[in-house]
Amino acid sequence: MDSHAHGLSSSVQNGLGGFYLVCALMNFGFAAYFHFQAKNRTQVAIWGAVGALFALMSVAYFGHFGWSLSHGIKDFVDRIMNPVSYFAISILALAAVLYFRRFFTNPIVAWSVLMITLFCSGFAMTDPNFTAIITKPDNVPIVILIFSVGYFTWLALRLAVINDDRIARGEPPMEKLEEDKVLTWPDLVYTELICMVVFTFALVVWAYFLKAPLEQPASSAKIPNPSKAPWYFLGLQEMLVYFDPWMAGVVLPTFIIIGLIALPYIDFNTKGNGYYCFNERKFAITTFLLGFIILWVVLIVLGTFLRGPNWNFFGLFEPWDPHKSLPLNNVNLSDYFWLYGFGKSVGSMHWLIRELPGILLVLGYLLLLPPILAKTILRDYFIKMGFIRFFLLVTLIQFMALLPIKMVLRWTINLKYIVFIPEAFFNI
Amino acid sequence: MAIGDWIRNSQVWKSIFRHPAPRDRRNRIVVMLTNVFLHLHPVSVRKSGIALSYTWCMGGITFFLFLVETVTGVLLMFYYRPTLEHAYNDILSLRDVATLGILRELHRWGAHAMVISIWLHMYRVFLTGSYKPPREFNWGVGVILLVLTLLLSFTGYLLPWDQLAIWAITVGSNMARATPFMGYEGPGAKFLAIGGVELVHSGSDARFLLLGGRFVGETALLRFYVLHCVALPLAVALLIAVHFWRVRKDGGISGAL
Ligand code: HEM
Repeated sequence: MDSHAHGLSSSVQNGLGGFYLVCALMNFGFAAYFHFQAKNRTQVAIWGAVGALFALMSVAYFGHFGWSLSHGIKDFVDRIMNPVSYFAISILALAAVLYFRRFFTNPIVAWSVLMITLFCSGFAMTDPNFTAIITKPDNVPIVILIFSVGYFTWLALRLAVINDDRIARGEPPMEKLEEDKVLTWPDLVYTELICMVVFTFALVVWAYFLKAPLEQPASSAKIPNPSKAPWYFLGLQEMLVYFDPWMAGVVLPTFIIIGLIALPYIDFNTKGNGYYCFNERKFAITTFLLGFIILWVVLIVLGTFLRGPNWNFFGLFEPWDPHKSLPLNNVNLSDYFWLYGFGKSVGSMHWLIRELPGILLVLGYLLLLPPILAKTILRDYFIKMGFIRFFLLVTLIQFMALLPIKMVLRWTINLKYIVFIPEAFFNI
Repeated sequence: MAIGDWIRNSQVWKSIFRHPAPRDRRNRIVVMLTNVFLHLHPVSVRKSGIALSYTWCMGGITFFLFLVETVTGVLLMFYYRPTLEHAYNDILSLRDVATLGILRELHRWGAHAMVISIWLHMYRVFLTGSYKPPREFNWGVGVILLVLTLLLSFTGYLLPWDQLAIWAITVGSNMARATPFMGYEGPGAKFLAIGGVELVHSGSDARFLLLGGRFVGETALLRFYVLHCVALPLAVALLIAVHFWRVRKDGGISGAL
């Protein structure tokens, strides 16, 4: 935290003043809840103090003190950030939230996490690079996505923990308590009306204050660097780092769609229908969260905020330098096998022989693994699910696992392709 | 409330709403049965099913945003011509010349919001296990709706015809080139040849079908325009009708058994 002005523009400072003011008000509201509703003195004091801290920050920015993040911290963050640490941290965070769900879904803990996030985000916004990416009009939805997915994950897990406890005590889930029917008019139509009014208002405000982007007229001569797909497809574009377009853009998305449609037919667990819970559906929920949070949302965030020119990785505060070049020394599996294993050059080999190890590996993975699993550790599942369901499930999970497998291979042994037959555009 | 009563007793009012105001139980039921739009709903609903904390209202919000997109989209069509000559300038004048000038913003941010709300809707349906019997089929209908919604968003992205638009669509549609057997740089395409003549080349593959050309040009603009304004919205509207119908036929919004 430097306290000397770094030449923060006054609009940034005013924006931050407003930002921290909102944070302060949120905390005062939280404190007020504890004062009037929960009547918990300690909490009132804590959140009142946090609110006061935010108010102080707000005053400081409105007064143009120009506090900003120090270079030391920024450099440190940029240095420890790379695709590997980014994914490792995301997965660990998800695992921790799921494992310690009782702790994290406690409203006070969740609120603290949110406040720390907001506090840090504010400081991050004093960095021009960070602000430039975050506030790009088309990137604003992603900020909304991050916070809404976070909020709803919290909400669902909290309700799940409560229901799990009830079920453990032999009581029905909360949803069951409100089984009686109410009339649609007024109970539902009014909710819908209010929702509609609120959303119309929010959309108009959003539209009024944030102009839709319009760049230079289209020109086939000037290729922007980076060229990015629309944000909701950036997860797929990020997969291009690890797979060729036919996998990343066609095969894997097709499997996502098939997998989603097949999901209700594979999941034979009849529990957890119509209420939030976790314990009764551990496997299903964990798998889905891995897919949705890690392999979709986290990938999109990476593709939007951390991928710059030439699709290189850039830390949060790193300027997007188009000349940044990273050494590319990726090696194909055929090289590992023939060159490093047997000292033979692959240059003159017939492609079938050259790629045989890779092809066998892939075939083994896809064809041998399911029956082996059915015979061994997943035997119970196999018996319960039957042939078709079981193989569908395992195949889908195998395809889902391809991305993480390829990532780890890339990061650890610089593996480029498992199978590399450029003659037929068949590279995996 | 003399005026109110006078209006409600007039012949015009009674011809539109064929029952007294929904103030008592009977008329609250009647209103749901006699109004074609309200009739999408059942007369009564389980209390737990309509709790905000249960559905997050996300299905409803997605539907609402679809309506917003339809209305603003129709208005935008008055201003926009899908040709290389006009497209970009029409978008420019929407900002600079049209009154209020937030039509395009409403449409664009509404579209982004719809992508987010549909994901969240799917997320909540999953987390409440609402895809389980008897709702498997409706989940499938939902997945198709999700794909169509993304395609709607994607086709719309090209229409402003600026740098952002064509390069994003170029990146996206390049994938089609690699479709197995159907893209000319896709695995297997080379084997589809008769007497040495390749069947799948850059002028006949999946990407060509999508763009109507070898690159993102005027034919692509027209195709995306027609898909965006006519074909996809019709398909989505149809499937939403099926979706809503099935929500009711499958026993209403799910709840603990
Ligand atoms: C244009 C897109 C969509 C619209 C307008 C829509 C709308 C709705 C609405 C209004 C409901 C009533 C309950 C609620 O609001 O949660 C509903 C329920 C449902 N939706 Fe959707 N939905 C869409 C897409 C999807 C998608 C992508 C999925 C899943 C992949 C899905 C699966 C379901 C299922 C299974 C139900 C029944 C849930 C229950 O009974 O609790 N829908 N949908």
